[in-house]
Amino acid sequence: MGVAESPALEVQGVTKRFGDVLANEDVGLRVERGRIHALLGENGAGKSTLVNIIFGLYQADTGEVRRNGEVLNLNGPRDAIAHQIGMVHQHFQLVPVLSVAENVVLGDEPTRHGVVDLDRAAAVVRELSERFGLDIDPKSIVEDLPIGIQQRVEILRALYREVDILILDEPTAVLTPQETNHLLNVLRGLADTGVAVVFITHKLREVMAVADEITVMRRGRVVGHTVPADTDESDLASMMVGRPVELRLKRTPASPGDEMLTIADLVVDDDRQTRALNGINLDIRAGEVVGVAGVEGNGQRELVEAVTGLRGVVSGSIILDGEEITGRSPRQISTMGVAHIPEDREKFGLIGAHTVADNMVLNRYHHRPYSRHGIRRPAAVDDEATRLVEEFDVRPPNIAAMVATLSGGNKQKVVAAREFSHDSKVMVAAQPTRGIDIGNIEFIHRRLIEYRDAGMAILLVSAELDEVLGVSDRVAVIYGGRIVSCEPAEGIDRDRVGRLMLSGADG
Amino acid sequence: MKMLKPVAVPLIAVGLALGIGAIILAVSGANPIEAYGALIDGSLSSQKTVGRTLEKATPLIMGGLAVAFAFRAGLFNIGGQGQLVVGGIFSAAVGFGFEGLPWIIHAPMALAIGALAGAAWGSIAGILKATRGAHEVITTIMLNFVALNLTDWLASNPWKDEGILSRTPAVEESALIPLWGSFPTGFLVAVAASIGCWYLLERTNLGFEIRSVGLNGDAARYVGISVQRIVIATMAISGLLAGAGGAIETQGVIGRYEPGFNAGLGFNGITIALLARNHPLGVIPAALLIGAMEAGGSMMQFNADVAPEITDIIEALMLLFVATPIVVRWFFSRQEVAEVSVTAGWGSS
Repeated sequence: MGVAESPALEVQGVTKRFGDVLANEDVGLRVERGRIHALLGENGAGKSTLVNIIFGLYQADTGEVRRNGEVLNLNGPRDAIAHQIGMVHQHFQLVPVLSVAENVVLGDEPTRHGVVDLDRAAAVVRELSERFGLDIDPKSIVEDLPIGIQQRVEILRALYREVDILILDEPTAVLTPQETNHLLNVLRGLADTGVAVVFITHKLREVMAVADEITVMRRGRVVGHTVPADTDESDLASMMVGRPVELRLKRTPASPGDEMLTIADLVVDDDRQTRALNGINLDIRAGEVVGVAGVEGNGQRELVEAVTGLRGVVSGSIILDGEEITGRSPRQISTMGVAHIPEDREKFGLIGAHTVADNMVLNRYHHRPYSRHGIRRPAAVDDEATRLVEEFDVRPPNIAAMVATLSGGNKQKVVAAREFSHDSKVMVAAQPTRGIDIGNIEFIHRRLIEYRDAGMAILLVSAELDEVLGVSDRVAVIYGGRIVSCEPAEGIDRDRVGRLMLSGADG
Repeated sequence: MKMLKPVAVPLIAVGLALGIGAIILAVSGANPIEAYGALIDGSLSSQKTVGRTLEKATPLIMGGLAVAFAFRAGLFNIGGQGQLVVGGIFSAAVGFGFEGLPWIIHAPMALAIGALAGAAWGSIAGILKATRGAHEVITTIMLNFVALNLTDWLASNPWKDEGILSRTPAVEESALIPLWGSFPTGFLVAVAASIGCWYLLERTNLGFEIRSVGLNGDAARYVGISVQRIVIATMAISGLLAGAGGAIETQGVIGRYEPGFNAGLGFNGITIALLARNHPLGVIPAALLIGAMEAGGSMMQFNADVAPEITDIIEALMLLFVATPIVVRWFFSRQEVAEVSVTAGWGSS
């Protein structure tokens, strides 16, 4: 086989083991020049391990990586870059206080008389930015830029190093629909210039929209290779999960009852004492899901914290089933019937070093039967935890395990089990499926609908537009601390919602 | 193995410290075997020396508990010394201020007032943290100075004994915590306090809240635990323990309050808590070890002609090795060691 026919990158028989965990097992991958190759799989399927091996961050136990037919032996990102392999990590590796141009050239600065030539750097960055339609001002300071633009800076940084293989690890996880579309266009443009793009994701819509080739991984192995023309979203989902999955949530229309949560003219400040909510009005009835769609940072967090009592209110009122809850403590509000799945389960939802059992009763350990006269009753806690672990299918089903040892999806099941299991009238669910697997997303969504049908009023806050549209009965769009639209989810125009999220106006 | 690891780290640290101590002894011209022999002789050889070891260990247990307990809520109480001297002088005041009370009332009352004074002192830092966000490391250090000067002033002005020395009068006999043969009764109080702390932390709602706040204050707040309340309560209990330590020292060893009698006792609590990995029951063996070294140190000076400071060096080395997981990790060769994060609470929240 001649060199000209070798693919840009070929992985053969790669196996990588971490302790007892087989992260990659006999993995093969062929990445062609000028093609977008989607690497699809659930969390823990081994995608990140694989690209980290390609990028030289890990060494494979067995197997090899070939670049244009030659075996690579990389000992770190520096080697990878020397072989024109670039990577955009999920967490950006940018210096916030430096300019775009400085970030791009950092580590490989153009110099003039031994001094960094920032003008030349800016010129190069501007030229690259224009060539690939990235639309970035090289002089802007990175920390002032939105996430979507910061990501383009990362891409620029790779392009500056003249990579011809670009790996992106879950690049769309943090983007709005519009930013995602722009990114996908940029990737297409890159591929057209001959760059091989490896694109890690678990979002099926994007894969179908942009990929030329699709490799699906599950439990460390490659379980399928296909092209969009030969497959569809539900096929891919089944491949990823290993069983048939319902992508479209089966749900009956809501039959809303009385008003359960009424938010009137709510004004709330953020941590820096600037207005985060400018007079929000929203009501949720029993037996209905109201979804709040919006780009993160438009007041969602403050809304959730105000309703759950975690944040003080400047003015306005929040009424739970006829009773004013504004100004009450989180514990009082919880006892009165507001359950809360917080947006960041690791930080706010769980105590990692406590057992599964203790986390299951974290909101009611002080009630009977879990304690009596201030003395804990471990047997009662364990009974309840055992029941919940079974009901919510937490794996492994070990109530004595530290929660920190569970996977993201199972951690979220612990939070959901705890919050759903107490007698609540209202559920505030913030980003309830962020970063968890399709199988677990399906599970959590089904639970939300089940509890809705049992009469709970559910406030769903999510940056995932598909989630808001798929689960909610009504969709409210939040922008700049105001609800700019609130309408039934049935027949809603996805693009219009996207525009509202981005500009607060429909047009 | 899993169960052994928490114990293994301090044990290895102690072993390393003693080993290096032996080298230092040898270099300084002494015979290490003879010196360590004298150390054991002075601390464990007879009823009397064992009694002295227990007596030395008692305030160390209380000081260690104070630090370890606060640590479980993620708080670093450096103020054990201040809380201890405040507890000491108030128990002395009750001890000499009341006459004719039966022992069964007087001694516990003096102990309780001393402990409560320590609790009040500790809770100042707790209140400052809960309401103003002032870091407890800073405030407890500052409160140490306030406490030392306050007690000096009390002992040289309103509560001064007759004579030229700045010290309180001797406490009434009815306020003393007596020796039982050569066994100091105060040691039993300290052991009871350890068990009490363990029970409180592991079996009560308050303890669960304290541990939850220490492990993840954000999540604790989100599920409705009042972090402010827990911070104040924890600092009060921590101060209570240190204050009780000062009271036991006053009523069981010194018999009055003398400025400087207990210099460093509160600070040794940090060493003890580190050695015990912040476990309330682990504090007992850790304090016994340090207590034995202090009790035997003078014997080492007499019999082996070694400066007693060598025990301070060995203690410092133990602390160093416990706080430096990398050294211990090296001992486990390439095997993974459970995170030796003794300072997990530092600066949290």
